[in-house]
Amino acid sequence: MALIKIIRDVRLGAKTLLLHKLRSLLTMLGVVFGVASVIAMLAVGEGASREALDRIRMLGSTNIMLESVKPTDTPDDRGQRTRVLDYGLRYEDERRIREHLDHVQRTAPVKEVRRSAWLGERNKELRVVGTTWAWFELVPRPIIAGRILGERDMDRTSNVVVLTEHGARRLLATEQSIGSRIRIVDGYYEVIGIVQNEEASGETQIPDSRVDAYIPLPVARERFTDFDVRITAGSIERERGELHRIIVQVDDEDNVETTAAAIQRMLELNHPNGDFTVQVPLQLLRQREEQQRIWNWTLASVAGISLLVGGIGIMNIMLASVTERTREIGVRRAIGAKKRQIVSQFLIETLLLAGIGGLVGIAVGPLLADRIESLSGIPTIVPTWAIALSVGISMTVGVVFGLYPAARAANLDPIVALRHE
Amino acid sequence: MTTQLTDTVTPQPPPTATRAQAASGPAAGDDGRPAPGSPVIVLEDVHKHYPMGDQVVRALAGVTLEVRRAQFWAIMGPSGSGKSTMLNLLGCLDRPTSGRYVLNGHDVSDMTDDQLSEIRLRELGFIFQSFNLIPQLTVQENIELPLYYQGWSAAASRERAQQTAERVGLGDRLGHRPAELSGGQQQRVAVARALASDPQVLLADEPTGNLDTATGQRMMQLLSDLNTQGKTIILVTHEAEIARWAHGQIHMRDGKIERIEGNG
Ligand SMILES: Nc1ncnc2c1ncn2[C@@H]1O[C@H](COP(=O)(O)OP(=O)(O)OP(=O)(O)O)[C@@H](O)[C@H]1O
Ligand SMILES: [Mg+2]
Repeated sequence: MALIKIIRDVRLGAKTLLLHKLRSLLTMLGVVFGVASVIAMLAVGEGASREALDRIRMLGSTNIMLESVKPTDTPDDRGQRTRVLDYGLRYEDERRIREHLDHVQRTAPVKEVRRSAWLGERNKELRVVGTTWAWFELVPRPIIAGRILGERDMDRTSNVVVLTEHGARRLLATEQSIGSRIRIVDGYYEVIGIVQNEEASGETQIPDSRVDAYIPLPVARERFTDFDVRITAGSIERERGELHRIIVQVDDEDNVETTAAAIQRMLELNHPNGDFTVQVPLQLLRQREEQQRIWNWTLASVAGISLLVGGIGIMNIMLASVTERTREIGVRRAIGAKKRQIVSQFLIETLLLAGIGGLVGIAVGPLLADRIESLSGIPTIVPTWAIALSVGISMTVGVVFGLYPAARAANLDPIVALRHE
Repeated sequence: MTTQLTDTVTPQPPPTATRAQAASGPAAGDDGRPAPGSPVIVLEDVHKHYPMGDQVVRALAGVTLEVRRAQFWAIMGPSGSGKSTMLNLLGCLDRPTSGRYVLNGHDVSDMTDDQLSEIRLRELGFIFQSFNLIPQLTVQENIELPLYYQGWSAAASRERAQQTAERVGLGDRLGHRPAELSGGQQQRVAVARALASDPQVLLADEPTGNLDTATGQRMMQLLSDLNTQGKTIILVTHEAEIARWAHGQIHMRDGKIERIEGNG
């Protein structure tokens, strides 16, 4: 029964609004644009944050990244070009971290070199990473062909190589290349597999973004030693470095930060010159999330302001409508309408304006987001909660901005209203 | 102190009288109409004052009046004499500053706004000088308004509107908008709307004010017929021509009843 009455009231309200089609349409437009821009803005925000967060997540939220850093030159180094610059993370650091810290589950030590490589006639300089099988647990990527390094390869004599997609492309290797041999400098390595790797993007460094090939760490140590000679701008730089990077996996996100601090302290003891950095992807993640939240709210407030403008538009029209229909209100009151019945009559009309405007806005919003995506390339994602939020907001706009005109209508003195010209 | 406005031929109180004089008891009318019944409207020393700056306008300055079922009164008097104020009070659109008003057994003097709305809805029908139909609604929907506020079902109220429209001779105009009707027809719709929920009392403020003479006469014929069928009617008018249709005339001056003619 109540439902039938509501339907009747809504139909009546709609009929009244249809009397002034253009005016109702223009009034609704305010809400349409408001809601559509709220949705589009949130979609842009959500898209941007999703992408950045995905990137960071690729680093692993339970991982800690340690990197060797070349210490800045001290003045007396300048004169002694022949001296060997010895810096960076050591095998010993990796062992200590693995063995002495409670929450550390795995570590992947990384030795990185650039060397010339041949596959048949094809010759390219490759970025070769010497690491352990743990790498593939910490930086899991789909295997395209063959297999990845296993425990059995952790031996000085296991001359095998796993190419990344990137490296395979450079050497023109395909799935058929599994089993064939690659020459790196003067050693031969059997290709046992090809794995995907992630491309770098933005400020986030991904561990495998520019890696071409993986070989077992013991082999890399044996073949390439810890010494490196670089000839730059006519001078020769001799460097000694054991590991370039260590990825540490912690058992639980909750222990990441304390473990990172423990590693920092541990390394500081043996590296007083600070030739390392400790990066916690989780912290990056948190910072990004926080930034994103602020950014989202900024976007949403901008869109909210346009909704506010839409709401004021509605209020303006409804006030005009109340003035225009003062007589009608007087007649209805004289016939016996109660104040709250007048309130609900006008409120239904504003809610219809806001509600229909909101629905159209919900339809237009994602289209707008698509348009932004195709024009600017910024990825957009329309979150479901944004739709729900918009419905809520447009209804709230209807109530908030409709209540005052409706109350004004209801509080008219019927005698005065009836005399209104 | 209740003034009986019943029978006897035009008791003519002195012009200075503040209220009509008590007459003899109720009796059958002398014109074959049904005998006037129980009191529907009782006003006891009703005042309505409007504050105007530091002065007070006494729009009604002590009115005592009794109107019985199926009477037909015309309120007359010079401009500013308080006719409209009186009708607004009778119509429960306003509350008296002091005094008592009982409508059909309900003491209206201290009712809340919602209670007054309810009384208007159940007991009263209004007819205005400028028709006051709602322009965006059809004739049908205009007539249905009181039924809508009484919560009638759509089907029942459609049927009642149809019947009522036929009663005022507009059964074939239900789908029209007010703007498509002549003044006389619009006023008939207004009468139908006032009749729709079958109230006991019809109140009309200058119902013929916007009609030409012939149309006005037809309107009065309609009201007269309704009165014959048992409605209590009180109308305000300037015109003696119109006032003659009523069975009694209440003359007002300076917010008081100056003189009563006829017996309603
Ligand atoms: N809302 C009000 N505020 C102040 N004074 C009012 C108000 N309504 C009526 N009055 C005053 O009360 C007095 C009676 O007014 P009312 O409208 O009842 O006269 P009336 O007999 O209907 O006159 P008319 O024939 O011109 O319609 C007038 O002096 C008028 O100015
Ligand atoms: Mg008047």
